[in-house]
Amino acid sequence: MAGDQHKEKGRVFTRRSLLMAGGQAALMSALAGRLYYLQVIHSDEYSVMADENRMNLQLLPPLRGRIVDRFGVEIASNRHNYRVVLIPEQTKSVTATLDALEQYVPAEAIDRERILKDVKRKRSFVPIPVVDNLSWEQFARINVNAPDLPGIQVDVGSTRDYPYGNLFAHIVGYVGAVSERDLQNQEYDPLLELPEFRIGKSGIEKYYDRTLRGKAGLSRVEANAYGRIIRELNRQEGIPGNDAVLTIDKQLQEFAVRRMGEESAAAVVIDIHTGDVLSMVSVPSFDPNAFASGISSADWKQLVEDPKRPLGNKAIGGQYPPGSTFKMIVALAALESGVINAGHKVFCAGHTQLGSHRFHCWKRGGHGKLDLENAISQSCDIYFYDIARKVGVDKIAEMAHRFGLGEELNIDMLGERDGLIPTKAWKQAVQGVAWQLGETYNTGIGQGYVLATPLQLAVMTARLANGGKKVSPRLVRSINGETLEGAVLPRPEPELDNLDLGISQKSLQHVLNGMYKVVNGPRGSARAAKIRVEGWEMAGKTGTAQVRRITRKERIEGVRKSDEKPWEERDHALFVGYAPFDDPRYAVSVIVEHGGSGSGAAAPIARDLLQETLRLDPLRRPSYDIAIRRPAGGEGA
Amino acid sequence: MLRELGAKNVQIPLSRKIWEINWGFVLLICATASIGFLMLYSAANGNLEPWASRQMIRFGAGLALMFCVALVDIRVWLNLAYPLYGVALLLLGAVEVMGVIGMGARRWIDFGPFQLQPSEVMKIAIVLALARYFHNIGLDDVRRIRWLIPPILLVLAPVTLVLRQPDLGTALLLAAGAGIIFFVAGVRLWKFALVIGTAIPAGFFAFQFLHDYQKKRVLTFLNPENDPLGAGYHIMQSKIALGSGGVFGKGLLQGTQSHLNYLPEMRTDFIFSMLAEEFGMVGGLLLFALYILLIAYGYAIAYRSRNHFGKLLAIGMTGIFFLYIFINVAMVMGMVPVVGVPLPLISYGGTAMLTLLIGFGMTMSVYIHRDIDIPGKR
Repeated sequence: MAGDQHKEKGRVFTRRSLLMAGGQAALMSALAGRLYYLQVIHSDEYSVMADENRMNLQLLPPLRGRIVDRFGVEIASNRHNYRVVLIPEQTKSVTATLDALEQYVPAEAIDRERILKDVKRKRSFVPIPVVDNLSWEQFARINVNAPDLPGIQVDVGSTRDYPYGNLFAHIVGYVGAVSERDLQNQEYDPLLELPEFRIGKSGIEKYYDRTLRGKAGLSRVEANAYGRIIRELNRQEGIPGNDAVLTIDKQLQEFAVRRMGEESAAAVVIDIHTGDVLSMVSVPSFDPNAFASGISSADWKQLVEDPKRPLGNKAIGGQYPPGSTFKMIVALAALESGVINAGHKVFCAGHTQLGSHRFHCWKRGGHGKLDLENAISQSCDIYFYDIARKVGVDKIAEMAHRFGLGEELNIDMLGERDGLIPTKAWKQAVQGVAWQLGETYNTGIGQGYVLATPLQLAVMTARLANGGKKVSPRLVRSINGETLEGAVLPRPEPELDNLDLGISQKSLQHVLNGMYKVVNGPRGSARAAKIRVEGWEMAGKTGTAQVRRITRKERIEGVRKSDEKPWEERDHALFVGYAPFDDPRYAVSVIVEHGGSGSGAAAPIARDLLQETLRLDPLRRPSYDIAIRRPAGGEGA
Repeated sequence: MLRELGAKNVQIPLSRKIWEINWGFVLLICATASIGFLMLYSAANGNLEPWASRQMIRFGAGLALMFCVALVDIRVWLNLAYPLYGVALLLLGAVEVMGVIGMGARRWIDFGPFQLQPSEVMKIAIVLALARYFHNIGLDDVRRIRWLIPPILLVLAPVTLVLRQPDLGTALLLAAGAGIIFFVAGVRLWKFALVIGTAIPAGFFAFQFLHDYQKKRVLTFLNPENDPLGAGYHIMQSKIALGSGGVFGKGLLQGTQSHLNYLPEMRTDFIFSMLAEEFGMVGGLLLFALYILLIAYGYAIAYRSRNHFGKLLAIGMTGIFFLYIFINVAMVMGMVPVVGVPLPLISYGGTAMLTLLIGFGMTMSVYIHRDIDIPGKR
């Protein structure tokens, strides 16, 4: 019995253990099957994933193109930024290393709190920035003493540098960190995602950013799971950005900024034949270097809240009533439409009546009887009320547009404003009210709705002085690549002969003669500001733009002198001019915000700018040139 | 051949025992362990230090212990079965009171010069105790529920203690190992069905009492790709290592997943992924072959044993060995949740290696003493 059971026990064991073996065999087969599934069927996918794991692409930021003036002086360049970084895993004590570093770098330059926080937060092989912008001497001393500074490494980065600081702030602009909006608005470029990458934020830096930026290089590295780089697999160098040559003459710009002093003002000096902007000033200015490294919020607040608006470029973005500088346009409109001839005379009694409203001349006693040239030179308002009424606002507007007013001039920069040249249709559309004749009067003396930028006034003057050729302003002489809008560079040179505005030379000459007399005539409004060098004589036109309407009460009590008023209520002072009168080459426009009168505040500046321009004579000196790649299909290099 | 040994109280001379050691079995063990040394050499980027050399020393010591265990008479092991079990259970209880906390669980007892993991001792002890119990009772008793209560308690006590550490992997291993012995001892199949049928809902219930990290492991097992940088990262990286290895592998020291540290725990739990990355499916299958031979050897020994205790002991030890392999490899291939079970003879670590070699020693003892007839109590 016991024996039977014993045998039975053995049989059960054998049966069950065989079953068990079968089960285990099945499970082993499942493992083998899974192995096959992973290593044969899906091997390719997993190989790709393994490569994605280990290979890291690192972008090598290219060197940004330089910006130089027309003679090759560097206005924006790349400066070596000597930095010290700390690699925590290479030192036994971070604090001891930092203590040692203080022999070479002032203690206050080392932000210990931030560094120690970074050391805790980051992996021990990640370099932590300690100080940057070291002098070459400091950098060299640290380098020599590196063995005593465990964990310390020096490296050289690149920082945008504007050696002339605020001189070119509004022209060149500045670079800054990539914002969320930049990422959305711009064509995708992986460089934009580099945390230290800087792109153009304003001025030339922004407008030509695409071509100044260059193309990123690529470095393929093998990295482990903690992000430590094991080795570089291959490397493809980037393409440095293209250099840009400006039309600006750095010496002239320097002079102009100094000449404008503490005013809130703008000026543009332009070559009347090519449209090259030789100087463009907007003061006060700011230091673009502050933006390249990141500006403090206190400094930013101060810039934003300054009533003289240092951040804005008044030369292209400031819109002012042109005042009497607009009278050349009115005169040409009247002459060209035939409603008057140059001999047309008007009697100025100091005021004229229109319905119940009385329009005044700036001269209370009146000018008496004047012809066109004298009306310009003495800036008689009554004369221009008369001819404006005769020609009508729409003809004036049409002439203004021919001279570049009321529209963007497409200079190589963002932030340009249209100004405003009113027409009857414009008023009906915008205000829903019919045009009043009184408004034509105001338009006739460049007041009322009329607005222009200093750049527009300079271009207007250039087009008057060059005999009615539609010259357009430009800031960059030569650059390769693409603009922000994707236009291929360089753009074709304009041919002036095809750009005639269709003004009769006879009409033009009367206007220019009037402008000559403004400066050089015995009763000219800017006779105090004449250029006394023979052959360099200046012609021009003063303008004084009211910021606030003069009330009847003030008129009766006597108009206060401009400098008795609070600054922000004083008139804007304007002057446009060109020289030499006999062989015109350069035109200028100056506006001094709340400067009082055009003859007093703006004309002397304009005179000095033109005189300095003629002295330097940038057009007669050989300019700096870079190799220009003509776009495919163009007419060879 | 050794018929005369079939009697009671027969002693085998030592020289005879040494002659009887299964040298083929020993060779297989050494071959398998050598693959482990190679992988540890690779894990140290081509250095014996620090892992491979230490593992070799441990293996040498373990091998010596294995021979000692093998030469001890099987009847001694039979007699020691319950006392050993008792000691192991006491140690497990002691872990509750004075265990060392590590990796979020209390598993170790610190004995000064060395640390002991009582759950490892229990893996041996439970097989011994159950083998003795089922050796002693007749088949009729095996089929009576009354007689199943003591062995079930023998299993539940350590499983509960291990779960409390908590160590889900070891608890499952103990339960499954015990299940194998119940199965081959002839417990009715419907009883297994009943236990499994109640265990699943009980599992869902118990799930709520698991530690957060354990819950997370179970949940990420269900969908590792869902959270590739979170808790599913390990499984995902392991699968990438395996898959990118392909048929022939990337070559020794050439595994990118392992040498660039994408593969977690590559010296211990995930060492198979490293092997399969560097030696491909060929390497993986070769290891499987070695394992299958070892298991087959275990079965052969069990069939040759004339005493029931020896049969159960050999099958039990082989079963635990198999469970180690299956759970570890299935885990690194993403077939079961991540549980901390090492790959036997390959993974770096002394305790598991020692347990395993003692288990092999007992299996060999079964072979050496295969013809000794041990009558059951009843």
